[in-house]
Amino acid sequence: MNDAVGYAELLPLTQGFDQLKLTVNLSVRDNTRLTENIWLQSYRMTGVCSPEDILVSIRDLSFFRDERKIFDGVCLDIPKGKVTAIMGPSGTGKTTLLKLIGGQIKPSAGTVVFDGVTVHEQRPDALYRLRKRMGMLFQSGALLTDLSVFDNVAFPLREHSGLPESIIRTLVLIKLQAVGLRGARDLMPAQLSGGMARRVALARAIALDPLMVMYDEPFTGQDPISMGVLVKLIRDLNREMGLTSVVVSHDVHETAAIADYVYLISDGKIAGQGTPDDIRRSESPWIRQFMDGLADGPVAFHYPARDYAEDLMELK
Amino acid sequence: MENLLRALGRNTLLRVAKLGRASLFMLHVLSGLPLILRRPGLLAAQMYSVGVLSLMIILVSGLFVGMVLGLQGYYVLSDFAAEQALGVMVATSLVRELGPVVTALLFSGRAGSSLTAEIGLMKATEQLSGMEMMAVDPIKRIIAPRFFAGLISMPLLASLFSMVGVAGGYFVGVGLLGVDEGAFWSQMRAQIDFYDDILNGVIKSMVFGAVVTWIAVFEGDDAVPTSEGVSRATTRSVVSSAFAVLSCDFVLTALMFGD
Repeated sequence: MNDAVGYAELLPLTQGFDQLKLTVNLSVRDNTRLTENIWLQSYRMTGVCSPEDILVSIRDLSFFRDERKIFDGVCLDIPKGKVTAIMGPSGTGKTTLLKLIGGQIKPSAGTVVFDGVTVHEQRPDALYRLRKRMGMLFQSGALLTDLSVFDNVAFPLREHSGLPESIIRTLVLIKLQAVGLRGARDLMPAQLSGGMARRVALARAIALDPLMVMYDEPFTGQDPISMGVLVKLIRDLNREMGLTSVVVSHDVHETAAIADYVYLISDGKIAGQGTPDDIRRSESPWIRQFMDGLADGPVAFHYPARDYAEDLMELK
Repeated sequence: MENLLRALGRNTLLRVAKLGRASLFMLHVLSGLPLILRRPGLLAAQMYSVGVLSLMIILVSGLFVGMVLGLQGYYVLSDFAAEQALGVMVATSLVRELGPVVTALLFSGRAGSSLTAEIGLMKATEQLSGMEMMAVDPIKRIIAPRFFAGLISMPLLASLFSMVGVAGGYFVGVGLLGVDEGAFWSQMRAQIDFYDDILNGVIKSMVFGAVVTWIAVFEGDDAVPTSEGVSRATTRSVVSSAFAVLSCDFVLTALMFGD
């Protein structure tokens, strides 16, 4: 904490992050320093210098699936009340990261701390208590197909709140109004368009008034109008409900438009981070390729293969 | 040869691992009992879809099985002029064997397959995962009521199967073939023992109910979450249920009816 005050005083004196990095004690171990750097960056982003403003803190996270490395020493922080975007190409484990935060899977190494509690060390009942404070919007919406829109949004309330039905009705209508679908309350999930299903799922995700909502690829496969609606909703809900939002996406422009801070993940590591402007200005070839959608670059167009001519000439 | 051994070893290990997963899964399902006692409505809804909706196929099959038994029994027994024993024969075969076994096989086809497909699809569409993130344990909330509904429905369905089967045997034997009605019923009542026959039959059907529903819900939960995975799981559910029921039946029969 004392150190924190020191950094706070230093910061205005320095021009950029690189200079600031030099002022950090370089003698500490590598990963601690990395942690410090990230922490300092969160400082830049939030403008408040206190670890209490970090809602989710991930340190040295590694995760393997069937011997395949998904994450390798990832460190990142998600500040309270902000929209944090996690971007990266398909298959980099962005969804896996959300599942790790939600405690649905356990990391192979490292820690995930949510609001001061280490997620993966919790017993099942404590983990469920923790999850009541996080909402998650699945890519598919994950609505319960045998329940109407109203009952889907009421589901978490009926399971957890123990409130009388009249109050539940009011709460559900408030949440549906927030996503603009109060009139669709009697429809079944099969009757909804993809964008509407996602909005219902969003109403359900905020039904228990969570601290944080995680959005898994919210923009994928949406037409421009639903996309615009979702962008607006994420931004507005974040502001009006004082939510912390985590948006996992590879829709570069929509995500950059609403994010306060962006992490780029590639090959199991953080490939870049900063405010959307930092990322846009970045010179890193990989970030350029990703942000500009170039077919070839550090990520090669061709899947690794042997020589083309040799391959063609080979006779069986 | 070496490859064969290796494949054998790998398959054995996979099966043992699956059995272990299934056992842990079952413990988790059983831990859902308090929730069901607190909210019997969850159970009632599943009793309807697992039990009541299976009634039709069970009743119709029971009737025909009983009628065939009456017909075949009559042909054999009348050779020995023992057709009065038709009632005993029909009732014994139904209560001891055919009731529980055929009901279990039909039940796995009618209810088990739909349980597997339903749970598998809920998994594939992230509904189970979504429920976990809403801090609701899907195994307790979704799977346990289905399991207990199957457990309770099976003995009831098997009893109905046997009852309707006896009625079918009566219809063919007494109604069409002219077996003496008094002999049909009185011999049945004299020969069928409540504990030896009926209770053992009920125990069998409870065991089958547990096995079939366990396999069905586990295969659903263990399915690879794709359309192909769910279709394979549904097939596996019905096939393994049939094997499990028939092999359990042999063991139970040996234990129950061997003097």
